[in-house]
Amino acid sequence: MEGFISLFQQYNVPAAFLVNLELTFWSALFSAILGIVLVLMRISPIASMRHVAGGYVEFFKNMPLTIIMVFMVLGAFAQLKLSFSDNFETNFFWLAVVGLSLYTAAFVCESLRSGINTVPLGQAEAARAMGLNFMQSATLIIMPQALRGSVAPLGNTLIALLKNSTVAAAASVATETSSLMSEMIEFRPDVIIQIFLIFAFGYVILIIPIGLLTTFLSNKLAVRR
Amino acid sequence: MAANESALLFDQPGPRMLRRIKIINWVAAIVFVAIAVLIIMRLHNPPDGENQLSWELWKPALDGEAWADFYLPGLWATLRATCLAVIGAVVFGLLFGVGRLIPNAVVRGVCGVVIEFCRAVPVLIMMIFFWRWFAFMDLPSPAYWAVVISLVLYNGSVVAELVRSGVGNLPNGQHEAAVALGLTRTQSLLSVEVPQAIYAMMPAAVTQLVVVLKDTALGSIIMYTDLLQESRRLGSMYFNILQTLVVAGVVYFILCWLLSRLAEWLPVRMQQRTMAPAEPEPVAPIAILDPSNVNQIAVAREERPLGGSQRLYHVHHRGTNASIHNWRRTRYTQGYDETQPQSQIARDGHQHHHKGRNGRTRPDPDMQ
Repeated sequence: MEGFISLFQQYNVPAAFLVNLELTFWSALFSAILGIVLVLMRISPIASMRHVAGGYVEFFKNMPLTIIMVFMVLGAFAQLKLSFSDNFETNFFWLAVVGLSLYTAAFVCESLRSGINTVPLGQAEAARAMGLNFMQSATLIIMPQALRGSVAPLGNTLIALLKNSTVAAAASVATETSSLMSEMIEFRPDVIIQIFLIFAFGYVILIIPIGLLTTFLSNKLAVRR
Repeated sequence: MAANESALLFDQPGPRMLRRIKIINWVAAIVFVAIAVLIIMRLHNPPDGENQLSWELWKPALDGEAWADFYLPGLWATLRATCLAVIGAVVFGLLFGVGRLIPNAVVRGVCGVVIEFCRAVPVLIMMIFFWRWFAFMDLPSPAYWAVVISLVLYNGSVVAELVRSGVGNLPNGQHEAAVALGLTRTQSLLSVEVPQAIYAMMPAAVTQLVVVLKDTALGSIIMYTDLLQESRRLGSMYFNILQTLVVAGVVYFILCWLLSRLAEWLPVRMQQRTMAPAEPEPVAPIAILDPSNVNQIAVAREERPLGGSQRLYHVHHRGTNASIHNWRRTRYTQGYDETQPQSQIARDGHQHHHKGRNGRTRPDPDMQ
């Protein structure tokens, strides 16, 4: 117990979690925008858009996040001179956000697509039979049901994103939780188990409510057929 | 798949629409090619940097020495960790997944807590902890074991949930038939339900294999000499990290892509051997009580009986699939689904009822 108190006095653990939450927030925002664009391209009748979006998703689904993060710093920043700010800390933060967003967008696209799969073909046929045009049947019939069907995979994607934000350590973000944990273990190896428990339960506390909310919402919003 | 969704969203286009689609198609293709050209130009001539396409940078990243001394040993380390982690994860997952289903409440509770904990903690946090801890205790090759054990714990807990939701998604009839034959609850679970759940989770388990392979790259952060770490070392020798990372990325991509194809091919095969839907999810179930939409997709794809007429009752899947609360205890009765009263024909009155917003049951106005 004393170990825990001295650790909290010595290190600012909540600040590290805040960095992870900030990474998650911005990446969730950008990946949601990019994911929606991708899924629209993917379901469009235009072949070139469909193939580019399909290729993008396939690429990021089969690429380790770590290699993308390392690439952002050592490839895009060091060799291609892609830079967001002269301040190193800000720069690495935004490079990590870009890496996370590019990676997560592929999963947002897949989640939305699986939501579209929950809508039976009969719904679209009925909409057409009633004389609705494309925009009407998409916005009034299909998309509302598809969004309800994609709540569960989107919630899982958000949780995966929060956990993946620790990989920002590979993009030299030194203030986030996994970096702080390394630093703490380096200086206080005597209380290594307590250090692990602090961070592990920190994530459990953050993730279980998101999971409960996801389950509640997808339960509440599911279309009964 | 894409053609299927387009069929859902779009009518068969007429001649004018076909012309328009053709024009947009070409415009979009030109835009994409232009973006690709811009990226190549940037690689060719980055601001105050050297030409990234020059053979001088690519040659040390591609020659035989690089493969023999760096990539292949790294790939071997990656595959070694992946294989061991996969075997461990399946064993862990089956043990804890079945443990979470058996009638004994204590075993169920302990398994549940372990699984939820392992699912919520980021793999990297586990890896760093085990790495330092094993080194602290003077165990041999701490980085390797840290990678393997962290991956076993996380992916094993995902497999455990796949077992549980596979059993949960089976129709009640499977359990009922087993009990009617005189099997006990545990026997029915182990000889009827779990085997079908294993077939149903096969595609998702192969998808999880891709996750394991990808996550071994996290080992490079804790100095495990995997493919990524080796390519970084090679790159720092010749100052061509971008090039060596591309080579490593291509190797990772090819391996994962082949496994993904296998995962896409499996559902059709496995569906013949199980009553639970065998569709993998886009993201592994990580949320507590693992909500998923696989059953909704299965219902959407199901053929309607009698040439498309409305079913009188719901195809009732148990399962945590976000369709019902309290999934272990609710039971479907022919013609009436207690979990979905708003759209049901009441058993007693032969009259439509639906629940008002305040929870009161009132007669359907259409029927009066």
